[in-house]
Amino acid sequence: MGKPSDLVQGTLDLLILKTLSLEPKHGWAIAKRIQQISNEVLQVQQGSLYPALHRLEQQGWIRAKWNESETGRQAKFYSLTAAGRAQLEKEKESWKRLSTAIDVVIDSL
Amino acid sequence: MRWVERFRMAMLMLFRRKAETERLNRELEFHLEQQIAENVAKGMQPEEARMAALRLFGNPTVLRDEARSSWSWNWLEGLWRDARYGLRTLLRSPSFSATAILVMALGIGASTSLFTIVRSVLLKPLPFREPDKLVMVYEHFRRDTKYSYNPVAAADFHDWREKTHGFQDMAAWRWWAGAITTDSGQMPEVVGGAAGSWNLFSVLGVEPALGRTFTPDEDRIGAPDAVILSWSLFQSRFNGDRSIVGKAVRIDSKPYTVVGVLPKSFTYPDPEVKVWIPYATAFEPDELVAHDHHQSHVVARLKKDVPAAAAIQQVSALQYRMHMADLTKPVAEDAVMRPVIEDVVRDVKTPLLILMASVGCMLLIACLNVSNLLVARGASRRREVAIRGALGGSRLKLIREQITESFLISIAGGLLGVLLSFFATRWLATHWQDLPRADAIQMDGTILVFSAVIVFLSALAAGLAPAVSSTGSNLLSALQESSRALGGGLSRASLRKTLLAAEVTLTVVLLISAGLLFKSFMHLRSSDLGCVTDHVLTMRYGLPDRDYDTPGKIVGFHEALLEKVRNLPGVVAAGLVSTAPGAGYESSRIFAIPEHPSNGELLNQDAMTRKADPGYFNAIQIPLLQGRVFTTQDRFDRSNYVVISKLLADQHFPGESPLGKHIKIEWDQKSESSMEIIGVVGDTIYEIGEPIKPMVYFPLLSGATTETTLVTVVVRTAQDPLALATPVQKQISSLDSQIAVNRVLTMPQIIGNATASKSFSTSLVLAFALLSLMLAAVGLYGVLSYLVQQRVAEIGIRMALGAQRSEILRLVLMDGMRPVLFGLALGLLGGAVAGMLIKSTLYGTRPLDPIVFAGMIGSLVLTAAMASAIPAMRACRIEPTQALRTE
Repeated sequence: MGKPSDLVQGTLDLLILKTLSLEPKHGWAIAKRIQQISNEVLQVQQGSLYPALHRLEQQGWIRAKWNESETGRQAKFYSLTAAGRAQLEKEKESWKRLSTAIDVVIDSL
Repeated sequence: MRWVERFRMAMLMLFRRKAETERLNRELEFHLEQQIAENVAKGMQPEEARMAALRLFGNPTVLRDEARSSWSWNWLEGLWRDARYGLRTLLRSPSFSATAILVMALGIGASTSLFTIVRSVLLKPLPFREPDKLVMVYEHFRRDTKYSYNPVAAADFHDWREKTHGFQDMAAWRWWAGAITTDSGQMPEVVGGAAGSWNLFSVLGVEPALGRTFTPDEDRIGAPDAVILSWSLFQSRFNGDRSIVGKAVRIDSKPYTVVGVLPKSFTYPDPEVKVWIPYATAFEPDELVAHDHHQSHVVARLKKDVPAAAAIQQVSALQYRMHMADLTKPVAEDAVMRPVIEDVVRDVKTPLLILMASVGCMLLIACLNVSNLLVARGASRRREVAIRGALGGSRLKLIREQITESFLISIAGGLLGVLLSFFATRWLATHWQDLPRADAIQMDGTILVFSAVIVFLSALAAGLAPAVSSTGSNLLSALQESSRALGGGLSRASLRKTLLAAEVTLTVVLLISAGLLFKSFMHLRSSDLGCVTDHVLTMRYGLPDRDYDTPGKIVGFHEALLEKVRNLPGVVAAGLVSTAPGAGYESSRIFAIPEHPSNGELLNQDAMTRKADPGYFNAIQIPLLQGRVFTTQDRFDRSNYVVISKLLADQHFPGESPLGKHIKIEWDQKSESSMEIIGVVGDTIYEIGEPIKPMVYFPLLSGATTETTLVTVVVRTAQDPLALATPVQKQISSLDSQIAVNRVLTMPQIIGNATASKSFSTSLVLAFALLSLMLAAVGLYGVLSYLVQQRVAEIGIRMALGAQRSEILRLVLMDGMRPVLFGLALGLLGGAVAGMLIKSTLYGTRPLDPIVFAGMIGSLVLTAAMASAIPAMRACRIEPTQALRTE
């Protein structure tokens, strides 16, 4: 396993939204989940996770609620709003376009 | 949906910011604990687990700040921080802050007041329906170059209205006045009025507040008399009693039926017009059909689909045909027009714009001054700013902080200024005589927006230059610079000098304009009227034409009154004249001289007309130059004589005696009587500030009906003339209690009234100029004090090396005077331009008046020298040993 890759600029929002689309999670769980699913390739730094979460919340795409965590402590759980779900579709769409385009360029060379 | 969510977040962030911060901390703490728990689960020791988690976590403060930076209202938080910081710095030097705020308050307050007046008087639409569709139409004589807008003859107006179709409708009015009496036993009161055509109010689009306006049937000679009251007269004289409509009031002892009351907002053509009568009833029958009696003002409403130029073209063409139809009479060739609003404000437009410009100058000077003060403070904080810059404070942030300071000053100054201007505007509106539409002046939302914009611009103007310069890129040099370094801050000194030069330039422009206006005003005040002005009382009374309808009755009253007045103790002499010198135009007529064969210039000869009794010339000491004045024998039918003024004699009888010659002129309703010239008297001024015109005096004792009923009694007294006002008034009412007296004035009061408006605006401009001079002096003093402080060590070394104190004095003085002289040179250029711009308002002086220029240069240099003297003295009192030791 190599060094964890830095996230491509702007993809963190997409990953967070996607992660939250299944069920509400707190910040720690979001980071863990992304790490697990990507087989430890994608490492989410706290330094970018929390600003991103707060930004998404200000945008009205996710909503926060205090709830009891698995360990019985109070934690801030984020969930997707209807607008967030729409945004997720949009971001997925544009990511697919982008990665396809990059694939095409790479394959042609 | 998303907007609701976002709005909820925004509100949360605005009002629950503290709680949100607490939550953020808990959230991050939770994350950290999870990490520790995971590390422990991997088998680390608790302490080790904690350290590892913290390492991974990074700097929690930075993380928190970054998360917070995504919140809304961050800018507000930053603003609040800057404001608190700025407030603290300002409070640390209260005298500086107070000065700066006061300077700003003066500038902003004055501009707000002037803008309020300019907006209400010049910019707000008149209270008519679609006022931009209304124009005034005037006659125009091609020979007339100075006055292109000539009043309209009644017959011209009627023809225009009937025979042209370019305008939707046209209406006319003329000035009128009468003495109103009511049965309630109040004193008769002379009220100003106007006679308006029946359609005037509908053309203007004004509905009466009570009753109705005139009907076409009322607007003809011989119609039963009707009157419309202004709202102010309705309130003051009739206590707002609505039942007055339909009742009769007596004006000049004639009953008039009140048909309506005008709304409060209607003060056209000026607030002194308190009664309106139908147009035609204010005319003699022959006047109404004359094309050469010019007295009316015509209001026309433009059609939607006819351009103004086409409409006036039609009227003008018709006017030219009328001119050609009778070449023997002064019938105008053309018709011209201008918007109603310009007609109303014509006398105050230029003074207001001059005032507005000078206030703008003053505001700019105030900004420059505050800017200068800020630069000085920036200098003392140079190292602090440099250190902060070196520690990573971004330049933008440092600039923002400094600008915040100037914003705080401007906002405080603005608040104070608006408060000041609230009172100043009220004072201006009530004390500025003859200001049209003064009743419409009020502060409102637009004015507050204007002040806010002014505050914003002033803050930028005052704060930008110092902020940018003090955070310049030469941080390193600022850090290296020790307080001993010589010549430190020289570049900043040059910035201050530039600001100072600009300040001086503006001050000089203001001073010169004020000087020119002041000199014109002094000229006006000291105008030689051509008669004595000390110990002279004048008052006007009118005999009602209805009661005094024969020459015998009229002359009987006048002579009885003169007899009584002359016998009053303290009266030296008394006489009667239709209009006293300096009291206005009255009327002018064309004339011919039968002894001189007509040379085709008949229409160009017109003379002012006056009616005088035999005692008038002696009473007011108009010198008799040739022949004789009237005698008491020249009365009734034996009065076919005139006295002429010197200018008329010089112009029309050069090298010959006018005595015994004749003047053919319209008089006593007989057109063009030929009257013998019996004397020549000295010239008098009819209106202050206007050139002298030739004058013809008719005999008052002819008793010509309607011509000799409105007179001014002129009384020369031994002591205080005003002490005789009541005794003379009593004599008038003892002869006839129905006669109202008005315009009880001494000659200096007549001059004062004529120049009141000028006096007002001139004093204001002068006050602004002096204030600016003071500001410039403060600025100069500040710059020099700062320079001296900077150069203490240098001066110490100079002295230690043997420099004389006088040299040091000269050094510092020259340093201060250089920007002053530079600014002075620029200001003189600007002053010359300003002088040209205000040329039309100057009287008895010219734009490049050497006395004014010399005086203003002198006062500026003197003030500057005085302001520089104190720091210069301080510099040469520096003790070298002490100076060299100071770090």
